[in-house]
Amino acid sequence: MNNQATKRDVILEAQHLRKEFGGLVAVADVSAKIYARTLHSIIGPNGAGKTTLFNLLSGTLPPTRGQVIFKGKDITHLPPHKMAHLGLGRSFQITNIFPNLTVLENIRLSAQAVGGDNFKLFHHYTRYHAYSEKAQRVIARVGLQGSELALARNLAHGQKRKLELGIMLASDPQVLLLDEPTAGMSSEQVPELLAILRQIMEEDDKTIVLVEHRMDMVMSISDFITVMHQGKVLAEGTPGEITANETVQKAYLGALYGDLGSAA
Amino acid sequence: MSETTDNVKGTSTKQRTSNNPLLIWLKKNWGTLLLLAGLILFPYIFSLISGTPVSEGPPKFWQGQFIVIFIMAVYAMSYDLLLGYTGVLSFGHAAFFGGGAYAMALFITHVAPNIISSYRITLGSVNVTEAILVLVGFVLAVGVSVVLGLLFSAVSARVKGAYFAMITLAMAEAIHILSKATDFVEWTGADEGLHGVPIPAWINPTQFRLRFYFVALAFAVIMYLVTRRIVNSPTGRIFVALRENESRVQMIGYNPAVYRSIAFIVAAVIAGLAGGLYALWTMSATPTMTGSGLTMDALIMSILGGIGALTGPMLGAVLMEFLGHFFYQWFGARWPLVFGVIFIALVIFLPYGIVGTWQLRSRQVQQGWRRLLRPLRIEKQSE
Ligand SMILES: Nc1ncnc2c1ncn2[C@@H]1O[C@H](COP(=O)(O)OP(=O)(O)O)[C@@H](O)[C@H]1O
Ligand SMILES: [Mg+2]
Repeated sequence: MNNQATKRDVILEAQHLRKEFGGLVAVADVSAKIYARTLHSIIGPNGAGKTTLFNLLSGTLPPTRGQVIFKGKDITHLPPHKMAHLGLGRSFQITNIFPNLTVLENIRLSAQAVGGDNFKLFHHYTRYHAYSEKAQRVIARVGLQGSELALARNLAHGQKRKLELGIMLASDPQVLLLDEPTAGMSSEQVPELLAILRQIMEEDDKTIVLVEHRMDMVMSISDFITVMHQGKVLAEGTPGEITANETVQKAYLGALYGDLGSAA
Repeated sequence: MSETTDNVKGTSTKQRTSNNPLLIWLKKNWGTLLLLAGLILFPYIFSLISGTPVSEGPPKFWQGQFIVIFIMAVYAMSYDLLLGYTGVLSFGHAAFFGGGAYAMALFITHVAPNIISSYRITLGSVNVTEAILVLVGFVLAVGVSVVLGLLFSAVSARVKGAYFAMITLAMAEAIHILSKATDFVEWTGADEGLHGVPIPAWINPTQFRLRFYFVALAFAVIMYLVTRRIVNSPTGRIFVALRENESRVQMIGYNPAVYRSIAFIVAAVIAGLAGGLYALWTMSATPTMTGSGLTMDALIMSILGGIGALTGPMLGAVLMEFLGHFFYQWFGARWPLVFGVIFIALVIFLPYGIVGTWQLRSRQVQQGWRRLLRPLRIEKQSE
């Protein structure tokens, strides 16, 4: 990737974030800059603190110390429901959808959330065409055509991951935070989803922060990579720099061998 | 299947009729309309069959039973808005019903007479003072319900599950104790409650039973239509999403506390209006109307009929009133025991309630009919 050209303004920044669970330090002093319109991956073995960092960035958990800056604004202590309105969307490592609603309704609700017709009690919801139409566009974007009226719980796992992505896209976020979007997907389905992500970033001008524990998967699609290990940032840089980094090779790959073996 | 047969028989007249919006609407709602027509004609048909005048004897008695059913159906439906649609298990619903009943009864007993004696509002040459005062009574019932709904949702905002249920139970109990408090005996009648509320003569349920029957029927129909619209509104869809997955609702940008409060207030208002009408029907307001027994009734009616579809709890209300009536005749004072056993059996065998199970099964039943009719259709086409 042409990294120098994509290094523009910082859109999201973690400043000295720390999170302790009782005595356990899950995230210890993590600082990172995310540049607008890039795909930034956070990698590290299981237990490295990626999901915790994610929860801090998205406001799901309050940090023990440190700040989260989004577009120059301190958002550290904003409640989660304000994040979507600012333009920060997140998806979950564990599939988190509305199981008994249709695919269309899952996505439509997200479009409505940021559209501002939420306090209309006496009109039929189908009168607000804009949200259904937007949901249809998002469905096409993530490749769920034909499943609009299926109940979310009846989708195959890979489709649920796409739905999860669609729910997030429908709220028009500038930054998409994705926690292992390919978790549980078969190795044939993964490239398709990654290609969709890359396409969303390039064509829709989005910034994507992607968490992955399988290093090989993100190398080809990322602009920047942050490597985490035991709650700390081990290395940062372009995919090329990370591959060449000896510490990463030793610590990360060493820690990951067992993991990769079991995943493969 | 049906598409192909339509194509075969697709004459121009058929296409024209199926494009007429009125006919489409009639076709879709014929069941409801038939039921409504049946309920409108019921007093007269019953009078014909029993050979007694419509305003005496058994017809009058059964009109009374139906009035209670209509009011309880609305009350149960309001509970379903919380339990079935928003996924909120509240044990305090009687507080809203009782609140509405007391608002109406207190106003008609203590305030309205003073106004009637000193003011006179006419519409043309008709004195409408009393009618307006009844309306004011309903407005007050709404006001009390909004306050109670806000109070319930504010106090219980931060707790979940069993704790939430306990807090709502405790608050309803507080309202119940307030309604029995001897401190206000001059106003509320304490344990005894308010009796002989001087409601306008033209709506007196003993003298004008049939008129009251139609008022209660209209009330139930209107409340059903309004509630159905609310659950299908943009806000109502958020209620359903809350039931499905609260943390996801928050992540896509809705504040769950706000929408849960709205659901509480809407449910409280509907229950409060039902309570207000019930106060007119019984010409009283008593501590039973704020008691936990009535909350249990809402729960039982909802589960019996099936939660998550407005018609479920309404059917539950019908069943409960009917079963209550006949079981009392057959089993005497022990009837709740029999009812309890049947209720448990229903919950075990029809876990989604009657309407819920019907909705789940109706597709299978339809498919069964189609399989049965398929040979017939082929014969028809080959003719
Ligand atoms: N809610 C929690 N309470 C206690 N410990 C937690 C909690 N969440 C995560 N942890 C711990 O923090 C560490 C980092 O976890 P996590 O952020 O999920 O890592 P990753 O996503 O990189 O696999 C792990 O040791 C995990 O057990
Ligand atoms: Mg994780």
